Amino acid sequence: MTPPISRGFRRRHAADAEQADRVPPGQYVVTDFPVLSAGPTPRTPLEEWSLEISGEIDAPRRWTWEEFRALPTETFATDIHCVTKWSKLGTSWTGVSVDTLLDGVETEAEFVLGVCDGGYDTNLPLDDVTGGKAWIAFDFDGVPLEPQHGGPARLLVPHLYFWKSAKWIRQLVLMKDDQPGFWESNGYHNYGDPWREQRYWGD
Amino acid sequence: MSSATGATEAPGPRGAATWRSAELVERRGETPNASTLTFDVSGWPGHHAGQHLDVRLTAEDGYQAQRSYSIASAPEDGRVALTVERFEEGEVSPYLVDEMQPGDVLELRGPIGGWFVWHIADGGPLLLVAGGSGVVPLRAMLRHRHANASHVPARLLVSARRAEDLLYSAELAELAEADDGFELLATLTREAPAGWTGFTRRIDREMLEEVAWSPRELARTFVCGPTAFVEAAADALVGLGHDPALIKTERFGPTGGSET
Repeated sequence: MTPPISRGFRRRHAADAEQADRVPPGQYVVTDFPVLSAGPTPRTPLEEWSLEISGEIDAPRRWTWEEFRALPTETFATDIHCVTKWSKLGTSWTGVSVDTLLDGVETEAEFVLGVCDGGYDTNLPLDDVTGGKAWIAFDFDGVPLEPQHGGPARLLVPHLYFWKSAKWIRQLVLMKDDQPGFWESNGYHNYGDPWREQRYWGD
Repeated sequence: MSSATGATEAPGPRGAATWRSAELVERRGETPNASTLTFDVSGWPGHHAGQHLDVRLTAEDGYQAQRSYSIASAPEDGRVALTVERFEEGEVSPYLVDEMQPGDVLELRGPIGGWFVWHIADGGPLLLVAGGSGVVPLRAMLRHRHANASHVPARLLVSARRAEDLLYSAELAELAEADDGFELLATLTREAPAGWTGFTRRIDREMLEEVAWSPRELARTFVCGPTAFVEAAADALVGLGHDPALIKTERFGPTGGSET
């Protein structure tokens, strides 16, 4: 079906050809860094912070902040896409690859639930957080990630809509079966591929 | 705060996924920078107060743009209304606020979101805190409350720069005069007219302590506005002892240069 024309509406900003291939359907590029969160920003002191891998794993793993920060890190640039329509190109992050955290782990899990301070959670296929596709990020643009953007550390899975990149991450629960997380239970798509515009239930 | 506990049921798959043609019935200037647009939407499935929707505009050359907006109307209002604030450098908001005329069409899909919603059956007390156009989804909640003759105690604290920037000021004052348990409080952060009896500063802990119920009352709390506003209000409420799990927030852009 041809969409109806909105009389008098027109493009106001010339398309940037170089950006065009990097912006998924229905998205627009921003230069600032909007914040979306469902509740107040949690502030866990670093001395109380830990990161755990639990669930379908013989010996759960746990790192204090100091131990976590002693792990090998990667610094990289990536584009991020929020389901509320903004995309931010070439953002710079430093973090620990989830591959590093899972190194040597034998598991029958096919899914992972990221669980956060403040009660937020989000579900992903294990394949989407392994193979160099996901990090626990703690620096943005070379400085420690601000609490409102998920500091001290957030999951970063840039190839999916940004709600999957859970702020204030504390735990990765390995699971045999999928289990919808917070937004996935509240009307948003279970997988969230921006290139297939999987925003909501039924997309 | 487990994931979906307490959330009103989210829309079914078909509700959100389908683009629907919407015809503008009325565009009314609310403030110098914002208009309320009322649409006839064929097959609109209904919504809950606090939900939002997606708008899609198509230009004659086929160019399309999408944005998300909070729904300003109550479920009981029949038609779907949006209140949109103009961002001068924006592409969509100047068209909606200034150019779109009755009879013109766009596409909508939704409603979206099962978290930032309130239904009279959820009870109260209901504490609403709004910065600027953050009042839009909260107005939908208050209209929903009023349409059902609910007496759930409700308070709205709204912050704007100047009196002329206060959205829905006449309507909200009228709701407050109904004396049915709704109280309206406002603060003006830049300039207040002579005779102004409200607050005259940015929202802070002392103001929220004065306005909010005791944390023991377990008020259902909704905070909506620009990021810095929501951060300040939500942090202050948590600092005053309110349960973070009862505070639902919605932040919107643009965030300005200081937010990165």
